[in-house]
Amino acid sequence: MLQEIKVLFQKELQLEWRQKYAVHGLLLYLASTIFVSYLSFKAKQESISPITWNVLFWVILLFIAINAIGKSFTQESSQRGIFYYTLVKPESVIYSKILYNSILMTGISLVGIFMYSWVMGNPVGNMSLYVIALILGSIGFASTLSLVGGIAAQAENTSTLMAVLSFPIIIPLLLFLLKLSKSALDGISIAENWDEIAVLASLDVIVIVLSGILFPYIWRH
Amino acid sequence: METLKKYYWKWAGMLLLVYTMYMGFAGQVPRQAILNETVRNLYFHVTMWFSMIALLGVSVYHSIQYLRKSDPMDDLKSNAYVITGLIFATLGLITGSIWAKFTWGDWWTNDPKLNSVAIGMLIYLAYGLVRSSLPDEQQKARISSVYNIFAFIIFMVLIWILPRMTDSLHPGNGGNPGFNSMDLDNRMRMVFYPAILGWMSLGFWYAQLRIRIRKIEVLLEEKEQV
Repeated sequence: MLQEIKVLFQKELQLEWRQKYAVHGLLLYLASTIFVSYLSFKAKQESISPITWNVLFWVILLFIAINAIGKSFTQESSQRGIFYYTLVKPESVIYSKILYNSILMTGISLVGIFMYSWVMGNPVGNMSLYVIALILGSIGFASTLSLVGGIAAQAENTSTLMAVLSFPIIIPLLLFLLKLSKSALDGISIAENWDEIAVLASLDVIVIVLSGILFPYIWRH
Repeated sequence: METLKKYYWKWAGMLLLVYTMYMGFAGQVPRQAILNETVRNLYFHVTMWFSMIALLGVSVYHSIQYLRKSDPMDDLKSNAYVITGLIFATLGLITGSIWAKFTWGDWWTNDPKLNSVAIGMLIYLAYGLVRSSLPDEQQKARISSVYNIFAFIIFMVLIWILPRMTDSLHPGNGGNPGFNSMDLDNRMRMVFYPAILGWMSLGFWYAQLRIRIRKIEVLLEEKEQV
Protein backbone atom coordinates (compact mmCIF):
# COMPACT_ATOMS: atom_id res chain seq x y z
CA MET A 1 0.00 0.00 0.00
CA LEU A 2 2.89 2.37 0.76
CA GLN A 3 4.18 1.62 -2.73
CA GLU A 4 0.78 2.52 -4.20
CA ILE A 5 0.62 5.76 -2.26
CA LYS A 6 4.10 6.65 -3.50
CA VAL A 7 3.23 5.98 -7.14
CA LEU A 8 -0.06 7.89 -6.93
CA PHE A 9 1.70 10.75 -5.19
CA GLN A 10 4.27 10.91 -8.00
CA LYS A 11 1.41 10.90 -10.50
CA GLU A 12 -0.16 13.91 -8.75
CA LEU A 13 3.16 15.73 -8.85
CA GLN A 14 3.68 14.96 -12.54
CA LEU A 15 0.17 16.03 -13.44
CA GLU A 16 0.70 19.29 -11.61
CA TRP A 17 4.08 19.77 -13.27
CA ARG A 18 2.61 19.27 -16.72
CA GLN A 19 -0.31 21.61 -16.17
CA LYS A 20 1.54 24.35 -14.38
CA TYR A 21 -1.33 26.75 -14.87
CA ALA A 22 -3.13 25.20 -11.88
CA VAL A 23 -0.41 26.09 -9.37
CA HIS A 24 0.22 29.41 -11.09
CA GLY A 25 -3.47 30.10 -10.88
CA LEU A 26 -3.48 29.41 -7.15
CA LEU A 27 -0.48 31.64 -6.54
CA LEU A 28 -2.04 34.43 -8.55
CA TYR A 29 -5.29 33.96 -6.63
CA LEU A 30 -3.30 34.23 -3.40
CA ALA A 31 -1.44 37.34 -4.53
CA SER A 32 -4.57 39.09 -5.79
CA THR A 33 -6.65 38.37 -2.67
CA ILE A 34 -3.83 39.58 -0.45
CA PHE A 35 -3.41 42.71 -2.51
CA VAL A 36 -7.16 43.34 -2.64
CA SER A 37 -7.39 43.06 1.14
CA TYR A 38 -4.40 45.38 1.49
CA LEU A 39 -6.05 47.98 -0.73
CA SER A 40 -9.45 47.60 0.93
CA PHE A 41 -8.02 48.06 4.41
CA LYS A 42 -5.50 50.67 3.21
CA ALA A 43 -3.41 48.93 5.75
CA LYS A 44 -0.37 50.24 7.25
CA GLN A 45 0.25 48.00 10.22
CA GLU A 46 -1.45 50.40 12.59
CA SER A 47 -4.83 50.72 10.93
CA ILE A 48 -5.72 47.06 11.33
CA SER A 49 -5.79 45.31 14.67
CA PRO A 50 -3.70 42.12 15.05
CA ILE A 51 -6.83 40.00 15.49
CA THR A 52 -8.32 41.23 12.23
CA TRP A 53 -4.93 40.68 10.57
CA ASN A 54 -4.95 37.08 11.76
CA VAL A 55 -8.56 36.26 10.90
CA LEU A 56 -8.27 37.81 7.47
CA PHE A 57 -5.26 35.67 6.65
CA TRP A 58 -6.98 32.45 7.73
CA VAL A 59 -10.07 33.31 5.71
CA ILE A 60 -7.91 33.88 2.64
CA LEU A 61 -6.21 30.52 3.23
CA LEU A 62 -9.56 28.81 3.70
CA PHE A 63 -10.90 30.07 0.38
CA ILE A 64 -7.73 29.10 -1.43
CA ALA A 65 -7.85 25.65 0.13
CA ILE A 66 -11.43 25.12 -1.00
CA ASN A 67 -10.53 26.19 -4.52
CA ALA A 68 -7.34 24.17 -4.68
CA ILE A 69 -8.59 20.95 -3.15
CA GLY A 70 -12.13 21.07 -4.51
CA LYS A 71 -10.78 20.46 -7.97
CA SER A 72 -8.59 17.53 -6.98
CA PHE A 73 -11.29 14.99 -7.75
CA THR A 74 -13.00 16.75 -10.62
CA GLN A 75 -9.97 17.40 -12.77
CA GLU A 76 -9.67 13.74 -13.62
CA SER A 77 -12.34 12.10 -15.72
CA SER A 78 -14.55 9.43 -14.23
CA GLN A 79 -13.23 6.84 -16.70
CA ARG A 80 -9.79 7.33 -15.28
CA GLY A 81 -11.31 6.90 -11.82
CA ILE A 82 -12.58 3.48 -12.82
CA PHE A 83 -9.14 2.68 -14.20
CA TYR A 84 -7.51 3.48 -10.85
CA TYR A 85 -10.20 1.50 -9.11
CA THR A 86 -9.13 -1.65 -10.91
CA LEU A 87 -5.47 -1.04 -10.07
CA VAL A 88 -5.15 0.26 -6.52
CA LYS A 89 -6.81 0.27 -3.13
CA PRO A 90 -9.14 3.24 -2.53
CA GLU A 91 -7.27 3.97 0.71
CA SER A 92 -4.12 4.63 -1.30
CA VAL A 93 -6.01 7.10 -3.49
CA ILE A 94 -7.27 9.19 -0.59
CA TYR A 95 -4.00 9.02 1.36
CA SER A 96 -1.98 10.10 -1.67
CA LYS A 97 -4.41 12.97 -2.27
CA ILE A 98 -4.20 14.03 1.38
CA LEU A 99 -0.41 13.85 1.30
CA TYR A 100 -0.18 15.82 -1.91
CA ASN A 101 -2.76 18.42 -0.84
CA SER A 102 -1.10 18.83 2.57
CA ILE A 103 2.23 19.59 0.95
CA LEU A 104 0.58 21.92 -1.57
CA MET A 105 -1.32 23.78 1.16
CA THR A 106 1.75 24.03 3.42
CA GLY A 107 3.70 25.53 0.53
CA ILE A 108 0.92 27.95 -0.35
CA SER A 109 0.42 29.04 3.26
CA LEU A 110 4.15 29.68 3.71
CA VAL A 111 4.32 31.71 0.49
CA GLY A 112 1.10 33.34 1.60
CA ILE A 113 2.37 34.44 5.02
CA PHE A 114 5.48 35.87 3.33
CA MET A 115 3.45 37.91 0.83
CA TYR A 116 0.90 38.88 3.46
CA SER A 117 3.51 40.17 5.92
CA TRP A 118 5.20 42.01 3.07
CA VAL A 119 2.24 44.27 2.37
CA MET A 120 0.20 44.05 5.56
CA GLY A 121 2.98 44.07 8.14
CA ASN A 122 3.67 41.30 10.61
CA PRO A 123 2.50 41.68 14.22
CA VAL A 124 3.30 38.05 15.12
CA GLY A 125 5.16 37.70 18.41
CA ASN A 126 6.20 34.07 18.14
CA MET A 127 6.79 33.22 14.49
CA SER A 128 7.76 29.56 15.01
CA LEU A 129 4.46 28.87 16.79
CA TYR A 130 2.62 30.65 13.97
CA VAL A 131 4.36 28.41 11.44
CA ILE A 132 3.37 25.33 13.47
CA ALA A 133 -0.24 26.56 13.35
CA LEU A 134 0.09 27.06 9.57
CA ILE A 135 1.42 23.54 9.03
CA LEU A 136 -1.19 21.88 11.26
CA GLY A 137 -3.86 24.00 9.58
CA SER A 138 -2.70 23.05 6.10
CA ILE A 139 -2.78 19.36 6.96
CA GLY A 140 -6.23 19.74 8.53
CA PHE A 141 -7.63 21.70 5.58
CA ALA A 142 -6.14 19.23 3.12
CA SER A 143 -7.48 16.12 4.84
CA THR A 144 -10.97 17.46 5.56
CA LEU A 145 -11.41 19.00 2.14
CA SER A 146 -10.05 15.96 0.30
CA LEU A 147 -12.83 13.80 1.72
CA VAL A 148 -15.48 16.48 1.19
CA GLY A 149 -14.14 17.00 -2.35
CA GLY A 150 -14.61 13.29 -2.97
CA ILE A 151 -18.21 13.56 -1.77
CA ALA A 152 -18.95 16.72 -3.76
CA ALA A 153 -17.45 15.25 -6.94
CA GLN A 154 -20.22 12.63 -6.89
CA ALA A 155 -22.92 15.22 -7.38
CA GLU A 156 -23.55 17.58 -10.25
CA ASN A 157 -22.99 21.17 -9.14
CA THR A 158 -19.73 20.38 -7.40
CA SER A 159 -18.57 23.88 -6.52
CA THR A 160 -21.72 24.93 -4.63
CA LEU A 161 -21.86 21.63 -2.82
CA MET A 162 -18.17 21.87 -1.97
CA ALA A 163 -18.69 25.23 -0.29
CA VAL A 164 -21.87 24.24 1.55
CA LEU A 165 -20.45 20.95 2.79
CA SER A 166 -17.02 22.16 3.78
CA PHE A 167 -17.70 25.48 5.52
CA PRO A 168 -19.59 24.18 8.54
CA ILE A 169 -17.40 21.11 8.85
CA ILE A 170 -14.17 23.07 8.77
CA ILE A 171 -15.25 25.62 11.39
CA PRO A 172 -14.15 23.57 14.43
CA LEU A 173 -10.68 23.27 12.92
CA LEU A 174 -10.65 26.95 12.03
CA LEU A 175 -11.64 27.96 15.58
CA PHE A 176 -8.81 25.92 17.09
CA LEU A 177 -6.41 27.40 14.53
CA LEU A 178 -7.51 30.95 15.32
CA LYS A 179 -6.99 30.25 19.00
CA LEU A 180 -3.50 28.85 18.50
CA SER A 181 -2.42 31.57 16.08
CA LYS A 182 -3.81 34.20 18.46
CA SER A 183 -1.41 32.85 21.09
CA ALA A 184 1.40 33.01 18.53
CA LEU A 185 0.40 36.59 17.80
CA ASP A 186 0.68 37.46 21.48
CA GLY A 187 4.13 35.91 21.57
CA ILE A 188 3.27 33.09 23.98
CA SER A 189 5.88 30.31 23.97
CA ILE A 190 5.36 26.93 22.33
CA ALA A 191 5.70 25.13 25.66
CA GLU A 192 2.64 26.91 27.02
CA ASN A 193 0.55 25.93 24.03
CA TRP A 194 1.10 22.17 24.03
CA ASP A 195 -2.59 21.61 24.81
CA GLU A 196 -3.80 23.46 21.73
CA ILE A 197 -1.13 21.89 19.52
CA ALA A 198 -2.07 18.44 20.80
CA VAL A 199 -5.79 19.02 20.20
CA LEU A 200 -5.13 20.30 16.67
CA ALA A 201 -2.79 17.43 15.84
CA SER A 202 -5.26 14.85 17.15
CA LEU A 203 -8.08 16.51 15.17
CA ASP A 204 -5.89 16.16 12.06
CA VAL A 205 -5.23 12.51 12.86
CA ILE A 206 -8.94 11.80 13.48
CA VAL A 207 -9.88 13.34 10.14
CA ILE A 208 -7.15 11.47 8.25
CA VAL A 209 -8.10 8.12 9.79
CA LEU A 210 -11.81 8.75 9.17
CA SER A 211 -11.07 9.65 5.54
CA GLY A 212 -9.20 6.38 5.14
CA ILE A 213 -12.13 4.43 6.57
CA LEU A 214 -14.94 6.27 4.78
CA PHE A 215 -13.47 7.02 1.36
CA PRO A 216 -13.70 3.44 0.02
CA TYR A 217 -17.50 3.68 0.40
CA ILE A 218 -17.69 6.92 -1.58
CA TRP A 219 -15.62 5.47 -4.32
CA ARG A 220 -17.45 2.19 -4.73
CA HIS A 221 -19.84 2.36 -7.63
CA MET B 1 -53.35 -5.85 26.44
CA GLU B 2 -50.84 -7.30 24.00
CA THR B 3 -50.27 -3.92 22.34
CA LEU B 4 -50.07 -2.26 25.71
CA LYS B 5 -47.21 -4.56 26.62
CA LYS B 6 -45.50 -4.25 23.28
CA TYR B 7 -45.48 -0.49 23.34
CA TYR B 8 -44.81 -0.13 27.07
CA TRP B 9 -41.96 2.32 26.47
CA LYS B 10 -44.27 4.71 24.66
CA TRP B 11 -46.76 4.68 27.53
CA ALA B 12 -43.99 5.00 30.08
CA GLY B 13 -42.45 7.86 28.12
CA MET B 14 -45.74 9.73 27.91
CA LEU B 15 -46.40 9.23 31.63
CA LEU B 16 -42.93 10.55 32.35
CA LEU B 17 -43.66 13.61 30.21
CA VAL B 18 -46.94 14.27 32.02
CA TYR B 19 -44.97 14.01 35.27
CA THR B 20 -42.32 16.36 33.85
CA MET B 21 -44.94 18.87 32.77
CA TYR B 22 -46.66 18.82 36.14
CA MET B 23 -43.48 18.96 38.20
CA GLY B 24 -41.91 21.37 35.77
CA PHE B 25 -44.58 23.99 36.18
CA ALA B 26 -45.92 23.26 39.66
CA GLY B 27 -43.08 21.47 41.49
CA GLN B 28 -40.77 23.00 44.04
CA VAL B 29 -37.50 24.42 42.75
CA PRO B 30 -34.61 25.97 44.66
CA ARG B 31 -34.48 29.78 44.56
CA GLN B 32 -31.33 31.35 43.29
CA ALA B 33 -30.17 34.75 42.23
CA ILE B 34 -30.60 35.54 38.51
CA LEU B 35 -31.98 32.09 37.73
CA ASN B 36 -35.08 32.38 39.95
CA GLU B 37 -37.99 30.47 38.46
CA THR B 38 -36.29 30.04 35.09
CA VAL B 39 -34.38 27.10 36.49
CA ARG B 40 -37.49 25.09 35.58
CA ASN B 41 -36.33 25.38 32.01
CA LEU B 42 -33.71 22.77 32.90
CA TYR B 43 -36.37 20.12 32.28
CA PHE B 44 -37.25 21.49 28.87
CA HIS B 45 -33.98 22.88 27.52
CA VAL B 46 -31.15 20.63 28.65
CA THR B 47 -33.19 17.50 27.97
CA MET B 48 -33.57 18.54 24.32
CA TRP B 49 -29.81 18.29 23.82
CA PHE B 50 -29.62 14.87 25.49
CA SER B 51 -32.36 13.66 23.18
CA MET B 52 -30.74 15.23 20.13
CA ILE B 53 -27.39 13.56 20.79
CA ALA B 54 -29.09 10.19 21.39
CA LEU B 55 -31.08 10.51 18.16
CA LEU B 56 -28.07 11.56 16.10
CA GLY B 57 -26.04 8.76 17.66
CA VAL B 58 -28.62 6.16 16.63
CA SER B 59 -28.65 7.71 13.19
CA VAL B 60 -24.87 7.22 12.92
CA TYR B 61 -25.33 3.61 14.03
CA HIS B 62 -27.75 3.06 11.14
CA SER B 63 -25.38 4.81 8.74
CA ILE B 64 -22.60 2.42 9.74
CA GLN B 65 -25.01 -0.49 9.32
CA TYR B 66 -25.90 0.79 5.86
CA LEU B 67 -22.26 0.95 4.79
CA ARG B 68 -21.77 -2.60 6.05
CA LYS B 69 -24.88 -4.23 4.62
CA SER B 70 -26.27 -1.85 1.96
CA ASP B 71 -29.82 -2.34 3.19
CA PRO B 72 -31.92 0.66 2.04
CA MET B 73 -33.99 0.39 5.23
CA ASP B 74 -30.96 1.42 7.28
CA ASP B 75 -30.54 4.57 5.22
CA LEU B 76 -34.22 5.37 5.64
CA LYS B 77 -33.93 4.99 9.41
CA SER B 78 -30.74 6.99 9.63
CA ASN B 79 -32.36 9.84 7.71
CA ALA B 80 -35.47 9.81 9.91
CA TYR B 81 -33.33 10.00 13.05
CA VAL B 82 -31.32 12.91 11.65
CA ILE B 83 -34.52 14.85 10.89
CA THR B 84 -35.91 14.14 14.36
CA GLY B 85 -32.59 15.17 15.89
CA LEU B 86 -32.78 18.44 13.97
CA ILE B 87 -36.29 19.09 15.29
CA PHE B 88 -35.01 18.60 18.84
CA ALA B 89 -32.06 20.89 18.10
CA THR B 90 -34.48 23.59 16.95
CA LEU B 91 -36.56 23.15 20.11
CA GLY B 92 -33.38 23.28 22.18
CA LEU B 93 -32.37 26.52 20.49
CA ILE B 94 -35.79 28.07 21.07
CA THR B 95 -36.01 27.08 24.74
CA GLY B 96 -32.39 28.12 25.22
CA SER B 97 -33.02 31.47 23.58
CA ILE B 98 -35.93 32.18 25.91
CA TRP B 99 -33.83 31.16 28.90
CA ALA B 100 -30.96 33.35 27.75
CA LYS B 101 -33.28 36.34 27.39
CA PHE B 102 -34.39 36.13 31.01
CA THR B 103 -31.05 35.27 32.61
CA TRP B 104 -28.29 36.65 30.40
CA GLY B 105 -30.39 39.49 28.99
CA ASP B 106 -30.29 38.68 25.30
CA TRP B 107 -31.99 36.36 22.84
CA TRP B 108 -28.64 35.34 21.39
CA THR B 109 -25.38 35.62 23.28
CA ASN B 110 -21.94 35.14 21.84
CA ASP B 111 -21.41 31.87 23.64
CA PRO B 112 -19.34 28.99 22.22
CA LYS B 113 -22.09 26.47 22.88
CA LEU B 114 -24.71 28.50 21.05
CA ASN B 115 -22.41 29.09 18.13
CA SER B 116 -21.38 25.44 18.05
CA VAL B 117 -24.96 24.31 17.90
CA ALA B 118 -25.71 26.79 15.13
CA ILE B 119 -22.76 25.40 13.18
CA GLY B 120 -23.97 21.88 13.92
CA MET B 121 -27.35 22.71 12.44
CA LEU B 122 -25.63 24.08 9.32
CA ILE B 123 -23.73 20.79 9.05
CA TYR B 124 -26.93 18.79 9.18
CA LEU B 125 -28.75 21.12 6.78
CA ALA B 126 -25.85 20.51 4.38
CA TYR B 127 -26.51 16.81 4.90
CA GLY B 128 -30.04 17.42 3.65
CA LEU B 129 -28.66 19.26 0.63
CA VAL B 130 -26.36 16.35 -0.25
CA ARG B 131 -29.32 14.01 -0.13
CA SER B 132 -31.44 16.13 -2.41
CA SER B 133 -28.65 16.75 -4.91
CA LEU B 134 -27.99 13.08 -5.64
CA PRO B 135 -30.61 11.51 -7.87
CA ASP B 136 -29.48 7.88 -7.67
CA GLU B 137 -30.96 6.11 -4.61
CA GLN B 138 -27.98 3.93 -3.76
CA GLN B 139 -25.47 6.67 -4.31
CA LYS B 140 -27.58 9.02 -2.21
CA ALA B 141 -27.71 6.52 0.64
CA ARG B 142 -23.99 5.75 0.49
CA ILE B 143 -22.75 9.32 0.25
CA SER B 144 -25.10 10.65 2.91
CA SER B 145 -24.12 7.83 5.27
CA VAL B 146 -20.47 8.73 4.84
CA TYR B 147 -21.21 12.40 5.40
CA ASN B 148 -23.38 11.63 8.41
CA ILE B 149 -20.62 9.67 10.16
CA PHE B 150 -18.02 12.32 9.37
CA ALA B 151 -20.34 15.15 10.45
CA PHE B 152 -21.28 13.48 13.74
CA ILE B 153 -17.67 13.06 14.83
CA ILE B 154 -16.79 16.66 13.93
CA PHE B 155 -19.95 17.82 15.70
CA MET B 156 -18.98 15.95 18.87
CA VAL B 157 -15.55 17.60 18.83
CA LEU B 158 -17.32 20.91 18.36
CA ILE B 159 -19.73 20.64 21.28
CA TRP B 160 -17.68 18.63 23.77
CA ILE B 161 -14.08 19.82 23.37
CA LEU B 162 -14.23 23.36 22.03
CA PRO B 163 -16.51 24.97 24.67
CA ARG B 164 -14.29 23.53 27.41
CA MET B 165 -11.30 25.38 26.00
CA THR B 166 -12.96 28.79 25.84
CA ASP B 167 -15.05 30.94 28.13
CA SER B 168 -18.70 30.13 28.23
CA LEU B 169 -21.71 31.31 30.14
CA HIS B 170 -22.99 27.76 30.37
CA PRO B 171 -22.50 25.87 33.63
CA GLY B 172 -19.50 23.56 33.69
CA ASN B 173 -17.49 25.57 31.15
CA GLY B 174 -14.83 28.21 31.37
CA GLY B 175 -14.55 28.08 35.15
CA ASN B 176 -18.30 28.18 35.82
CA PRO B 177 -19.43 25.54 38.26
CA GLY B 178 -21.40 22.67 36.79
CA PHE B 179 -25.02 22.06 37.64
CA ASN B 180 -24.10 19.20 39.93
CA SER B 181 -22.30 21.22 42.53
CA MET B 182 -24.88 23.84 43.39
CA ASP B 183 -28.09 24.19 41.45
CA LEU B 184 -29.14 20.66 40.83
CA ASP B 185 -30.38 19.56 44.22
CA ASN B 186 -32.08 16.23 44.75
CA ARG B 187 -35.60 17.55 44.24
CA MET B 188 -34.70 18.68 40.74
CA ARG B 189 -32.84 15.48 40.00
CA MET B 190 -36.07 13.57 40.63
CA VAL B 191 -37.63 15.43 37.74
CA PHE B 192 -34.60 15.99 35.51
CA TYR B 193 -33.66 12.33 34.90
CA PRO B 194 -37.23 11.17 34.19
CA ALA B 195 -37.59 14.20 31.92
CA ILE B 196 -34.58 13.09 29.85
CA LEU B 197 -36.08 9.62 29.43
CA GLY B 198 -39.50 11.06 28.63
CA TRP B 199 -38.29 13.43 25.92
CA MET B 200 -36.04 10.74 24.46
CA SER B 201 -38.90 8.29 24.15
CA LEU B 202 -40.98 11.00 22.49
CA GLY B 203 -38.14 11.53 20.03
CA PHE B 204 -37.77 7.85 19.24
CA TRP B 205 -41.52 7.45 18.88
CA TYR B 206 -41.66 10.34 16.46
CA ALA B 207 -38.70 8.96 14.48
CA GLN B 208 -40.39 5.56 14.27
CA LEU B 209 -43.58 7.15 12.95
CA ARG B 210 -41.51 8.92 10.30
CA ILE B 211 -39.82 5.65 9.39
CA ARG B 212 -43.16 3.88 9.04
CA ILE B 213 -44.59 6.65 6.87
CA ARG B 214 -41.50 6.58 4.64
CA LYS B 215 -41.73 2.79 4.34
CA ILE B 216 -45.32 3.08 3.15
CA GLU B 217 -44.33 5.80 0.68
CA VAL B 218 -41.55 3.63 -0.70
CA LEU B 219 -43.95 0.71 -1.09
CA LEU B 220 -46.49 2.91 -2.87
CA GLU B 221 -43.82 4.23 -5.23
CA GLU B 222 -42.77 0.68 -6.06
CA LYS B 223 -46.38 -0.28 -6.75
CA GLU B 224 -46.83 2.63 -9.10
CA GLN B 225 -43.77 1.64 -11.05
CA VAL B 226 -44.95 -1.95 -11.53
